Amino acid sequence: MGGYGDVQLLRDDGLRLDGRKVDEMREVKVEAGVLPAADGSAWVKHGLNVAVCAVYGPMEAHPRKIQRQDRAVIDVRYNMAPFSTSDRIRPGFNRRSREISKVTAEALESVVLVERYPRSKIRVEIEILAAEAGTRCVGITAAAVALADAGIPMRDLIVGVASGKIEDTVVLDLDKAEDNYGQADLPMGILPTTGEIAFLQMDGDLSVDEYNTCMEYNMKAAKEIHEIMVDALKRRYIEKNGGES
Amino acid sequence: MSGAKKGAELRLVTPGEAIGASSGARAGSGTLIMGSNIIATKVGWVNQNNGVTSVDPIYSAYMPRSGDLVIGVVESVRNNLWFADVNGPFNGLLPMSLAPWKVEFGAARQHMDIGDIMLARVQEVDEAHNIVLTMKGVGLRRLKEGIMSNISMNHISRLRGDDDATLRQLKEVSDCRIIVAENGRVWVDGDSDGITFMRTVLELVRNDGHKANFNDSLEALIEQRRNA
Repeated sequence: MGGYGDVQLLRDDGLRLDGRKVDEMREVKVEAGVLPAADGSAWVKHGLNVAVCAVYGPMEAHPRKIQRQDRAVIDVRYNMAPFSTSDRIRPGFNRRSREISKVTAEALESVVLVERYPRSKIRVEIEILAAEAGTRCVGITAAAVALADAGIPMRDLIVGVASGKIEDTVVLDLDKAEDNYGQADLPMGILPTTGEIAFLQMDGDLSVDEYNTCMEYNMKAAKEIHEIMVDALKRRYIEKNGGES
Repeated sequence: MSGAKKGAELRLVTPGEAIGASSGARAGSGTLIMGSNIIATKVGWVNQNNGVTSVDPIYSAYMPRSGDLVIGVVESVRNNLWFADVNGPFNGLLPMSLAPWKVEFGAARQHMDIGDIMLARVQEVDEAHNIVLTMKGVGLRRLKEGIMSNISMNHISRLRGDDDATLRQLKEVSDCRIIVAENGRVWVDGDSDGITFMRTVLELVRNDGHKANFNDSLEALIEQRRNA
């Protein structure tokens, strides 16, 4: 991500190519409980990204060698559907999906009360149906809602959100062109109520000031997405209840 | 979720949401003390009772406790013990010594085979979640007839009603033997007409068990059956 000088990502009026302001997020929609066969599930649409997440468990951890005597293990499988991008993706695990599965599991372990379920496993399946930059963040958001929907005890929800740098300007929530041709990307997993960071990766270079601006943007966006997640979890039961909570 | 009857007084919370100050209140199930606040750890309704703040979860998995009456399905058999799926994260273990029969070593399969259903009690659960079951006790047996169905853990109290009043009513109108086990499994045995009625009731519990008007819907179903 060294930056491509010949690609214009900011318009002359200061807005981005899709008309967003620098600190504006793409539209986020969340639904909880979309899969009847899973213990908990969620559907998240973030811009053109679409992710579905299913949670199963807690269940006995197999094979036995992965069991931890004092806590549960979170087994995350992040997968992009072959049709999720413009070029078909070869189905199955690859290096990238392995890496994202691992970092997502570690981020989720910091919010799930894993010590409540020794020797067990919580299975989290994240399927990216459509991709437009920032799928790991969408996957984390979907996983958090699905875990809450499955009744797994958590100390907070976790929100995946990213910001980055394009044309020497810090922007929130990079889209595909900005991700491909921008200068830096900073995805984060944020615990919205406490402001703690459970996951952080940085691709490209940011100065301290730029990093601080990214943090500020991410924190603000995390609070907004958190409200949408909470609303989705509550709406599921309030709607079913005919308007009563 | 008996609290669902109270409607608007209830507060639905999500994980991480502060329920109240931790000073002067004790944190019950589904909550955690973080700093000066009690926070929810599950999606559910806040319940404050005798200074204990807890969250009645909307959905939760069955976690076995000693003394629970459970309906288990035999998953594997060894020479001297059975492993049963009790709808929890781990299989329950029923040793030969806690079975109601005199079992010869190696003959366990003759009494209960894979797929058979048992009514048992949880004898012991240790810290590592090892579950020991017992079938020594009044009424504990292999369930040979009838149907078995699953309901959500949170709907058990709604199916039973206060002091099992609803369950008694259902037994009376359906003319069936009904066992509602602690692990969310329900066993029904009777004539086919009664079983069909109970299937409808269980479907209602599964779909509408959390709704405020559940009791009215159930009452209507019972009344309909009485008048039929």
